[in-house]
Amino acid sequence: MSIRCLTLGPLLFHWSAARRRDFYFRIADEAPIDTVYLGEVVCSKREAMVEQVHDAIVQRLCAAGKRVVLSTLALVTTPREVARIRDLARGDLMLEANDVACIQLIERRPFVVGPYINVFSEGARDVLVRRGATRIVLPVEMNSTSLTIVAGSAAPTAIEYQVFGRQPLSVAMRCYHARANNLTKDHCQIVCGIDPEGLVAETLDGDELLTINGTQTLTRGNGVLIRDIAMLRTLGVTHFRLSPQDVDMVAIARVYDDALSGRVQVDEAEAALRSISGAAPWINGFLHGSAGRSWIGSSA
Amino acid sequence: MSVRYLELVCPAGTPAALRTAVESGADTVYCGFRDCTNARNYPGLNLDFDELREGVAFAHARDCKVLVAINTFPRAGAEAPWHRAVDQAAAAGADAVILADLGVLDYATRAHPQLRRHLSVQASAANAPSIRFYQELFDVRRVVLPRVLSVDEVAELIDETGIETEVFAFGSVGPMSEGRCFLSSYLTGLSPTSEGACAPASHVAYEEAGGRVNSRLGGVTLNSFARGEPAAYPTPCKGRYVTHGRASYLFEEPVGLNAISILPGLKQAGVTALKIEGRQRSRAYVAEVVATFRRALDALDRGEAVTPLGALSGSTEGGKETHGAYGKGWR
Repeated sequence: MSIRCLTLGPLLFHWSAARRRDFYFRIADEAPIDTVYLGEVVCSKREAMVEQVHDAIVQRLCAAGKRVVLSTLALVTTPREVARIRDLARGDLMLEANDVACIQLIERRPFVVGPYINVFSEGARDVLVRRGATRIVLPVEMNSTSLTIVAGSAAPTAIEYQVFGRQPLSVAMRCYHARANNLTKDHCQIVCGIDPEGLVAETLDGDELLTINGTQTLTRGNGVLIRDIAMLRTLGVTHFRLSPQDVDMVAIARVYDDALSGRVQVDEAEAALRSISGAAPWINGFLHGSAGRSWIGSSA
Repeated sequence: MSVRYLELVCPAGTPAALRTAVESGADTVYCGFRDCTNARNYPGLNLDFDELREGVAFAHARDCKVLVAINTFPRAGAEAPWHRAVDQAAAAGADAVILADLGVLDYATRAHPQLRRHLSVQASAANAPSIRFYQELFDVRRVVLPRVLSVDEVAELIDETGIETEVFAFGSVGPMSEGRCFLSSYLTGLSPTSEGACAPASHVAYEEAGGRVNSRLGGVTLNSFARGEPAAYPTPCKGRYVTHGRASYLFEEPVGLNAISILPGLKQAGVTALKIEGRQRSRAYVAEVVATFRRALDALDRGEAVTPLGALSGSTEGGKETHGAYGKGWR
């Protein structure tokens, strides 16, 4: 029996239409996930490339009993991008707002606040709840001290927090994927599509530090909060987000589901994840108020 | 076509810089309190309440306005300093507060409805619906636009929203969407968005190795310089990184923004105010940059040519200049 509090965040990387269809069909059929976020967060140029499989994915997920939420761009600048969000807001699916433009365009309907809108305090939270937010996905930089208050028992909304996957650090107008490949943004050839988990940027002395994903910069490390999920639940987190990576996400979801439902102990869950979570080192520093790239071990 | 006067908004990192900016020709100065409530929370910078009150009196006596930046994002359970900062800005007679956080905007709107509210660049409002959101909820009167827009996009935004805009004319090129960049806290654990200091000096080191100087932040190497070469401050978005085996300034070349030669275009676009960045810079910088822009704006008003690019090359970052996103929006 699934405990229905796991979510799958929007795919941040640019995968082909065929690959997305296969990925989400399998999520629909096999993953113990309650809510699936679809939609493009990073770059509007990617949307047209995968449009043809969108409806089939939504239908398959809905038929499997998943809740589907459409995520929207984190940085909205052009009239075309605004118009696109306005169109999405007229549809039947709930939206995840990653720029306050989306909240304005939704008008007074319920919505999810995405992790790219700064909600670090109860004051910011309450403004958004009054405006119709029914769930808030907290920014990855949030530490447990602030989280205790924002997600505390008086929180008038569901609270979601990412517990697996590279963590988003910034969005920009410039495309660094294009720059790294000696291309301009206008003639980028959608070069971000060649790296299914983004492009690693190292320091000059060879320390793998960042992941470049088009206009977005992510952590190099994989934010794995398996040891923290019990604490997060105690603090008031109601939903736990897995961010799609180029690993077996169905297997990842099963481990988190097992841990959240108490079927397996945390050590066992951690060991299981170690073997399937990919090559990126684990990090969890932000939650513990440390440098985000650090890993705070079992004392947490 | 707009013939509106372009307001020159200048940095006042200290009481002395405030007076220098006013005397050098600023129409408006902006400053912050000496704590985490503003995005330039560096040692030795900013004003306390008494200094602000005196600064306001000095500026107002010379027909100059004072804006107070309270533009970081409070952490839960610790909102009091931000609310106090808004209260003190009002009590000191500031002409407006520059805010970013939804909760602080909400507080200022309720507690000081008569105090003019500007939206900080830290709120990253780069499109018309976002601006309308802040107008409707908090009666925001002016938006400081993110440094990600071209001049044409700035003009469109002004046409569509009718709001007063303030744009960056001189200073840094900020490649990341501001107020939501976690690179510095990824390396140091200290958050620019909440604690007001990107790349805090406490975590900066310059280490000599193999005849070179490596600049580091939080123990991470962000750049390397030959001995004798000026070693730039290690800000994460201005470091050198290796991709595909090649080292480069992946996010941004070491250049400074200088929009002086495109002032006619910004005026034509309907921009209300020009912002000079640099509360962390010296009084000499403030004097030179403010006076140069003053002359350029006065020339513009008389219909004369403005000072060409290069006139301030001694004051720009890295000594090199760019129009940043204004040209083609980094396309």
